[in-house]
Amino acid sequence: MKVSLSWLKDYVSIDLNTDDPIDGLIDSPIDGLADALTMAGLEVEAVSDRYSYLDSVVVSRIVEIAPHPNADKLKLCNVDTGERIIDVVCGAQNVKKGMLVPCALPGTSFPNGKILEKCLIRGKASEGMLCSTIELGLGITGDGIMELEQNLVVGDKLHHALNLSDAVFEIDLTPNRPDCLSIIGTAREIAVFQKTKLTYPEINLPKPSESAGNISELTSAAIMNPDLCPRYSASLVFDVAVAPSPFWLQDRLISTGLKPINNIVDITNFVMMETGQPLHAFDFDRLAEKRIVVRTAEKDETFTTLDGKERPLASGMLIICDGKKPVALAGIMGGLHSEIDKSTTRVLIESAYFDPVCIRKTSKKTGLSTDSSHRFERGTDPDGVITALNRATQLIVEICGGKMINGIIDEYSEPLPDKVIVFSVDASNRRLGTNLTQNDIKQYLKSVEFAVEKIDDDKLRVIPPSFRVDISRFEDLTEEIARLFGYNNIKTTFPVIPAKAIRLSKKIDSRKRIKRLMTSLGFTETINYSFINKLSCDRLELQPDDSKRRMLNILNPIAEDQSVMRTSLIPGLLETMNHNMSMQNKNLKLFEVGNVFFNTGQEDNRPDEVEMLSGIHTGARSNAHWLSRETACDFYDLKGVVEELLRKLGIVNATFTGMPPAACSYTKPGFTARIIVKNKSIGLLGEVHHLVLQNYDLKQKAYIFELNVNELIEFIPDTRIAQPIPKFPATSRDITIIVNKDIEALNIMKSVEVLDEELVEDLCLLDVYEGSPVPAGKKSISFRITYRSATQTLEDETINSIHKKIADRFLKEFDATLPV
Amino acid sequence: MKKTIEQIKIEALKELETTSDRESIDAISVRYLGRKGMVTKFLRNISNLPIEERPGAGKRANEIKKDLDKLFKEALKKLEARSSITTDNQIDVSLPGRTVRQGSLHPITQITWQICEIFTRLGFDIVEGPEVETDYYNFEALNIPKNHPARDMQDTFYISKNIVLRTHTSPTQPRIMEKQKPPVRIIAPGKVYRCDSDLTHTPMFHQIEGLFVDKRVSFGDLKGMLTTFIHRIFDEQTSLRFRPSFFPFTEPSAEVDIRCVMCRGKGCRVCSQTGWLEIMGAGMVHPAVFENVGYDTNLYTGFAFGMGIERIAMLKYGIDDIRKYYENDLRFLRQF
Repeated sequence: MKVSLSWLKDYVSIDLNTDDPIDGLIDSPIDGLADALTMAGLEVEAVSDRYSYLDSVVVSRIVEIAPHPNADKLKLCNVDTGERIIDVVCGAQNVKKGMLVPCALPGTSFPNGKILEKCLIRGKASEGMLCSTIELGLGITGDGIMELEQNLVVGDKLHHALNLSDAVFEIDLTPNRPDCLSIIGTAREIAVFQKTKLTYPEINLPKPSESAGNISELTSAAIMNPDLCPRYSASLVFDVAVAPSPFWLQDRLISTGLKPINNIVDITNFVMMETGQPLHAFDFDRLAEKRIVVRTAEKDETFTTLDGKERPLASGMLIICDGKKPVALAGIMGGLHSEIDKSTTRVLIESAYFDPVCIRKTSKKTGLSTDSSHRFERGTDPDGVITALNRATQLIVEICGGKMINGIIDEYSEPLPDKVIVFSVDASNRRLGTNLTQNDIKQYLKSVEFAVEKIDDDKLRVIPPSFRVDISRFEDLTEEIARLFGYNNIKTTFPVIPAKAIRLSKKIDSRKRIKRLMTSLGFTETINYSFINKLSCDRLELQPDDSKRRMLNILNPIAEDQSVMRTSLIPGLLETMNHNMSMQNKNLKLFEVGNVFFNTGQEDNRPDEVEMLSGIHTGARSNAHWLSRETACDFYDLKGVVEELLRKLGIVNATFTGMPPAACSYTKPGFTARIIVKNKSIGLLGEVHHLVLQNYDLKQKAYIFELNVNELIEFIPDTRIAQPIPKFPATSRDITIIVNKDIEALNIMKSVEVLDEELVEDLCLLDVYEGSPVPAGKKSISFRITYRSATQTLEDETINSIHKKIADRFLKEFDATLPV
Repeated sequence: MKKTIEQIKIEALKELETTSDRESIDAISVRYLGRKGMVTKFLRNISNLPIEERPGAGKRANEIKKDLDKLFKEALKKLEARSSITTDNQIDVSLPGRTVRQGSLHPITQITWQICEIFTRLGFDIVEGPEVETDYYNFEALNIPKNHPARDMQDTFYISKNIVLRTHTSPTQPRIMEKQKPPVRIIAPGKVYRCDSDLTHTPMFHQIEGLFVDKRVSFGDLKGMLTTFIHRIFDEQTSLRFRPSFFPFTEPSAEVDIRCVMCRGKGCRVCSQTGWLEIMGAGMVHPAVFENVGYDTNLYTGFAFGMGIERIAMLKYGIDDIRKYYENDLRFLRQF
């Protein structure tokens, strides 16, 4: 909300000379006031001067006037702007030599939104513009160029010369303080912290017309839903003349960012800004049966709001009707057909209190948010209804002429009860950590217009004023006390905390270890958005029945490429790879730990959230170096990383087995492994499928892995037992066999494990070779077997016999041969 | 008096210690072991000793002769080894070492860990909650009813009518309180989501929630706890100010500002010339929140606070564009 200093001063004297007690940095009194408002809970987002646009309008003297050679009605003026003499083309009749005028220089942005540029007018250059009061937003009447007093200094900026300055505070109000959505509400806060008095505007209702009769004879208001509209009041003014508002009124509206329309509408807006009570004016002659009915809409009813749009109404929406049809969407917007226009002579002014929830629902449903609905849905002052009505009636008679009809309509069958709160001084001191006396508290509450009565030495009976809709219980009052005492005056203390050694949960602790291990293995952590492109499933070439297609849609996504929740970390990593490629970061080792989300298929149920660890390796194994050439990374680089990660986590029995091509659509068939621990598959590792690379516009081979963190953590042992270091020497023997190409090395190695020979300490794969002299379709595999006994140095014979047993097993089980 | 063989040995060793070049070692060697050397002379004169001493002395003198010979040779070898380095077999030590590269943790992770560390030392447990929340935990349990204007304070991503992407980490408050009786001291880090995207907002970001419930917890205690925290995460010179604000789940509510850590309050671009930085929201837990989880509001009070991790990381690392966190440019990530 925008609040101007000059308007505030109508209700409270503002002392701008006080030094700000909190902050020594504030260099201007205006900033000091802004800061004080912020510290009172009315956060000032920006302060500006209303007239700053006059910065490039200067007091100038007309030196010479000549006719425009190409246009009869235009003149060429030589204008002294103080700095230099410029040519200005002007069409006004009242210019004369020696006259002092405001001259706008190029770049000036006028109140009507236009920005002045240097231009050619009928072939003659105009380097500025002589302005009228209307153009400058300084008045609404007067023909021709504004004539300035001769005692002004040429070259002076206009706002300095005319002493025009008015600070505008832009206040970002929290939703609990609708009482401050008005100039008076803001002034009230200033009065409290400046310890001055607030002056409410005096309302002197004009004498009602004697001949026109009583309002109750002319109209009525019937409330069908008193729960949604507890109070409805109205007054009538006849014989008004609808016209533009006087300048002061327009000026006030403009200062808050509202657009003047006509005097009647402007007055309702003025009173809304002044008091916070939204009003509406109807053309009384356009109300069928000259009466008001407040009711909820019926199904299939429609209504044309004054913005010209026909809107379907839903049942439950509160509407204001005349004897036959809707004339306003209650508290939100009036109707096109009962609008005030030039022909209006008789006006019905509405001032009401509507249920906040009802207004908010309708506003949300229709998508209509207005200054009026903004206030009603936060809560207006039910006791302020009549004051605002009278204020508007008075102004209409004063400004638009006409006569007031005797009396008002005020339907308020069940007045909203006062909120009575029992306040304990002791409990408040304990909650805040203060040491205030009952008297202190009394003074504070009274300063903000609360009614306070002593019950006993500790307790007070407090009734907040009707405009403080945010106060309904004891704790709300403690905030008010804290605010008035000053948050920063409350003593800083420290709670007593019993000593406790915090043990991190296994999940949090393990995640920390995993992230540290990944970085020590050379991988850098990324964080990608949890929402991804809807097309991600197709980009991963997922089968129609892939569980990763069970994605969660966001109903109101910010962009198409962030419209579903991820079921895999891979799309994010591939997009990150793409970004880095375009930035020429070609060698990447990246990982991410984060949740993926699976739709359960049940509406209004939370999804399954599964934490995953994924990594990507692409480009060179290590950067080019004087010692080694850059070599591309491969499957085994990433596999080594995963193996070491698992080993360091204490998971020693993980195996990697080939995956059937159909099992993973985004990795290359034959180049993908399942990661298995204790017969459970907890992830996969493989080369990214070339189609997927294409889909992500990637040209470089990449390798990825994914591990289910929840399952991984299950396998991390909580304790470790140290193994004794062997005392006796080991002996190793190599063996090379030739087998069919498609036999997995893992199986061969497992067959040794199965033998369960106590003396076999280690089996290490030395070499895998295909090609001559190994026959086609075959490969040679060499192992080194290490033998050791825990109790003695082994004899050659013992070793030879076991080694032969193993070799025989290879030959038999894998149809292997020995090399020639 | 003639020197004993032992004395000769001691002298020889002493002299050897003072040598630093080949010539002097050679000279000592000649002086003791040469044909006219002292050890040689001693051996030659053994016959002058009483007969019963001769075999022992001869044996000892021979041993010493051997030892000295060995020591002199070793001294020469060492000297040679030291002087043998020539430019021919030198390496260029200025060449870069073989690359060993560690990765980096994301700055958000690092700051999260730092914050968690501070609070766990103060006796807080770390808990986590789901990122996709029910309307109940995200709003209603926190005293934000449907159709309340406070819902406008956070632009919410909806999955369905009652399922949302959590807009703050605050739902962990009712979730933990439903499970645990007071006292409660927890912090809850995690991802949160709001439909907002510009220079200073990303639709996903990170928060840390804090909750402290016990008997006789005051607003003063909240100030104390947050002051300690700010002093740890920034430094002891960082002053704080608390200003009235509004959160439906706290009463009183406060916005916490710190003196700009960039300009120390002089006014700069980071603090928009105000000298202050808004760093977190806090307040005393609203009784409605306690009522929703069945805590006795007469017995227990508590405070809660929440902060954006991106914001703190931006201040700690001087990052000026929040979107940098999620571009994941290696050149950015490597810096941390």
